[in-house]
Amino acid sequence: MGIETRAITPFLTLTMALPLLGALLLAMIPADRARAHRAVSLVASLGAFLVSLSIWVNFNPALAGFQLVEDHAWLAFGARYTVGVDGISLLLVMLTTLLTPLTILSTFGAIQKRTREFHIAFLVLETSMLGTLLAMDMLLFFIFWEIMLVPMYLIIGIWGGERRIYAAIKFFLYTTVGSVLMFAGIIYLYIQGGSTSFAYLDALKTGLDLQQQMWLFAAFGLAFAIKVPLFPFHTWLPDAHVEAPTAGSVILAGVLLKMGTYGFLRFAIPLFPNAAGVFGLPIMLLAVVGIVYGSFVAWAQDDVKKLVAYSSVAHLGFVMLGMFALTAEAVQGSILQMVNHGVSTGGLFLLVGVLYERRHTRLIAAYGGIAKPMKVFAFFMVVITLSSIGLPGTNGFVGEFLILAGTFREALSSPGGINTSLLVMGIVASTGVVLGAIYMLTMVRKVLFGPITHEENRNLPDVTFREGFILGILVVLVFWIGVFPNVFLSRTSASVGALIDTCKGRMVEHRLAALPALRSDGEVYR
Amino acid sequence: MPTPSIETLLTVVVLAPLVGAAFNGLLSGMLKRSTVTLVGVGAPVVAFGAALWAVLLWLPLRESLPDASVTAVLLQWISSGPVNVDLALYLDPLSAVVILIVTGIGSLIHLYSVGYMHDDPSYARYFSHLNMFTFAMLLLVLGRSLLVLFVGWEGVGLCSYLLIGFWFTDMDKAIAGKKAFIVNRIGDFGFLLALFFLMFHLKGSLDVPTLRAAVADPTTAFNTDNAMVTLVTLLLFVGATGKSAQIPLYVWLPDAMAGPTPVSALIHAATMVTAGVYMIARLNFLYVLAPWSMAVVASVGAATALFAASIGLVQNDIKKVLAYSTVSQLGYMVLGVGVGAFGAGVFHLMTHAFFKACLFLGAGSVIHAMHGEQDIQKMGGLAGKMPFTRWTFLVATMAIAGVPLLSGFFSKDEILFKALTYHHASGVVPEWLSVVWFAMALGAALMTALYMFRLYFLTFSGEQRDHHAHPHESPATMTIPLIVLAAGAAVVGYVGLPDPSLNLWEHFLEPVFGGSEEAIHATGSHGLELALMGVSSLVALTGIGLAWWMYRGAGREVPGRLATSFAGMHKVLWNKYWVDEAYDLLIVRPLKAIAHFTWKWIDAGLVDGVLVNGPARLISAVGGAGRRLANGDVQAYAAALAVGLAVIVFLFM
Repeated sequence: MGIETRAITPFLTLTMALPLLGALLLAMIPADRARAHRAVSLVASLGAFLVSLSIWVNFNPALAGFQLVEDHAWLAFGARYTVGVDGISLLLVMLTTLLTPLTILSTFGAIQKRTREFHIAFLVLETSMLGTLLAMDMLLFFIFWEIMLVPMYLIIGIWGGERRIYAAIKFFLYTTVGSVLMFAGIIYLYIQGGSTSFAYLDALKTGLDLQQQMWLFAAFGLAFAIKVPLFPFHTWLPDAHVEAPTAGSVILAGVLLKMGTYGFLRFAIPLFPNAAGVFGLPIMLLAVVGIVYGSFVAWAQDDVKKLVAYSSVAHLGFVMLGMFALTAEAVQGSILQMVNHGVSTGGLFLLVGVLYERRHTRLIAAYGGIAKPMKVFAFFMVVITLSSIGLPGTNGFVGEFLILAGTFREALSSPGGINTSLLVMGIVASTGVVLGAIYMLTMVRKVLFGPITHEENRNLPDVTFREGFILGILVVLVFWIGVFPNVFLSRTSASVGALIDTCKGRMVEHRLAALPALRSDGEVYR
Repeated sequence: MPTPSIETLLTVVVLAPLVGAAFNGLLSGMLKRSTVTLVGVGAPVVAFGAALWAVLLWLPLRESLPDASVTAVLLQWISSGPVNVDLALYLDPLSAVVILIVTGIGSLIHLYSVGYMHDDPSYARYFSHLNMFTFAMLLLVLGRSLLVLFVGWEGVGLCSYLLIGFWFTDMDKAIAGKKAFIVNRIGDFGFLLALFFLMFHLKGSLDVPTLRAAVADPTTAFNTDNAMVTLVTLLLFVGATGKSAQIPLYVWLPDAMAGPTPVSALIHAATMVTAGVYMIARLNFLYVLAPWSMAVVASVGAATALFAASIGLVQNDIKKVLAYSTVSQLGYMVLGVGVGAFGAGVFHLMTHAFFKACLFLGAGSVIHAMHGEQDIQKMGGLAGKMPFTRWTFLVATMAIAGVPLLSGFFSKDEILFKALTYHHASGVVPEWLSVVWFAMALGAALMTALYMFRLYFLTFSGEQRDHHAHPHESPATMTIPLIVLAAGAAVVGYVGLPDPSLNLWEHFLEPVFGGSEEAIHATGSHGLELALMGVSSLVALTGIGLAWWMYRGAGREVPGRLATSFAGMHKVLWNKYWVDEAYDLLIVRPLKAIAHFTWKWIDAGLVDGVLVNGPARLISAVGGAGRRLANGDVQAYAAALAVGLAVIVFLFM
């Protein structure tokens, strides 16, 4: 991994800067001009999306390292402004730039108070998310990572529901605890590398023994695990989702959580591969527990938003499983599944928002039979549910299948023979396809089907053109990724291949050494 | 116009129904009913035409083609690591037969639906779903890769879910749809695991012809790791028990009758439910390597045939009787492929598609005429009022009962014969099992004749017992399909006459199943086969005679007397062995309780309550500072964070 191409036109910086410029412009508009706030916000985020299309076009799928790199001296002590994109971040960047304008569009009805501040927060959030994904300098990464917290904290705390303060503080404290340790880790790496550079590519070359790697992995890993969230660090998520306004939930689930999984893939695994080997099986175990546990808890919910929140715990369990299986198909499947989760869970939160705007309740029992008055809504809900439960032909299937395939390959075809613990994890994770169908279809049945049980639901207005437009784009993505996954997979394969080439050996070496008791003698099926 | 290539035609076969589904589905609000009809019925008809054309072009060429097959690659679907799957269509003798059944009978059922669903407000949605089903089923049949087959496999499950719950405002129907999907997913879980073991333990390809070549190579794991081959084939069979409604996953199919009756005919009788049988036939070369798996398959099939037939004896809902009958007939097909009679299993699949589709559509015609009444105890005397329905129903009933010289007679006898004479070349499976299977299947045949003619007599003969309805014959869009299907039910058996020189069917499918026959030592002689035909003819006629005696003749008080003197047995059958109740008590409720416990006690109680909020509460209790910190003042938080960050940064400088 290195720098493959340098940018002639600074597309990355432009993409990141446009939302920030929009935010600055908003600050100059009087507070009561809600329509102007919405217009500026939408135009700025759409602009970012359009510029990001040129990232997509100029991206060369054959190159493994960073592309379109921009590198400028910035602060003192070796910190630089370095940004670049590779196969690991490209899809997430595109997801961010697409999902943000769609989400902004969804707030046009729902957000009526303090629109200026809301849209400023939202655009700053977009810039910081993009910065987190594109930064090639560890300090720059950390600054974006921390900035990201503030607007989301404000979005939950100001525009949220009744218990918004509790949820916002929990979100903030929980994620800050993780970040503090990560920051210490970054500083330690900086010193270890000779106190000259925060560059990611230099950090990769830092010589670390296993002991050091394990401490650093723990420091980075905790921050990321909280963000994912990996079981049992997940309890901030349902609270945050339930209290956040729809747009907050969409971005939280759609993009923000992926910063955790992205962090593992970009930093924790390649910087500390031996430690990743040591911690790999326990993390995969937590991921698999999360799949089953999240599914069961989701099934028991009577609040739609909480149900979707717990389903995220299950879905991100799949992503974590795939990353630590560290085979080409598993990691590519994980990256794709990050995007898929953004589309399907983002879509589910948008759907819940549509209902909430009409009935002001999130309780499943308050609905029932609404497929009759809301036919188009029902269509969207069914399609996005199918994507969420991984029906073949939709995006969710490709991701889940590749992750499970990679896990099974790692368990069954490794040079060392059958890895029984991995095999058991693969089998248990596969039950997720049944459990997902149970809780999602139960929810769909209770909300959409049956007789109408509440009079006020009888004449619910169907989705508006604006709502239908947003959901329609997500549905196009569901099938586009589901039927033509190679368009996306091909752009991740070179970078993922390079990652595996450099890390796999060191990771597996310590996986074997650290957990001998969990390994079988390879004689199980012979 | 130049003749299109076979590849192009295959693409049309698959895409025509998809286009129809998208058209009626997306534009449903703005279409005239006649446009919906034209596109909705036109799509499967175009698919049938293209399928027929493709098969006619392929027939003269097939001798010269590898495996007598043609492949059309539509798209490179997934390429990642070792997973490389093309979306490719594969025409060979097996898929040729099945696509003709699916599109041919499918077209008739679409046509019938025009009359049956005429007054439904969701007419366009209905045709959209039915077209989408046809698309998924064709993908399942034509998929060259097992993963493409799986796409169709889950796709047909989705359409089944949507169509069972078509009248979704009825909670029971919505629940039945959901149940079908979830039970099928349990089967699919097995299927998926099988694919993973196949790919990564046996190092096999998902591409069926490649897999077949690997199996033929004695050095591959397929021929050295028999335990794993057994595991894989059993896991695949778990998938088949879901889709083809076998014990223990058959429970969704009787409930699936909640869907519109043409759906029951197409999906839950003629096509989708046979997918498990098709899959095993497709992978015949793999199954013959695993004699124990085949024994399990055959045993489950025989048990299902007998078990479901016994329930069918006492049911009064016309569609429920046919549903249990379908489960039972699927048992025959599964028994067939389980004893290595792959050709016979698929033969019964075809004959069943004709007579069972005819029976369901006939039942639909009856229900239509009776204004929704489905209880056969309230019917009777419909023979004179609905002549087309009556005669076609009678022919199909005779075919399923095994009346000599009709289609069901030939296909069922073939399975019975093969079951009795089955002997796996490995010799590991005890031979007395064959006798058990044969006896079970023969018992089921007797019951089939009995419950089917009970159904026929109660519905059509005698006097009308309930006078609320004024039955009338159905319109031509409904009777024409009935006539075509009844004609088929009468004659399609002649392609598989029980004589080696006359059996066109076995000869045609030879390129697909020929290789597997070496593994099966059929010990029976031609004389034995003819003798068995005599036996089963006798059994069928006995069943019919019994039904006549008990429901038409002098023994009319017998059913009531039997029900009282064998009250316990009757109760067990009437309540379908309480299997649904047992599943609910032993599986569904405990899982729900676990879900609730996990949420309330582990998640809210332990993880969040103690581990997360515990320390937080502790801190805020110890220091009053905690209260000041947690006052929700956003600016204060932001400022604190900024100051903290700055301090850390400067410390390290």
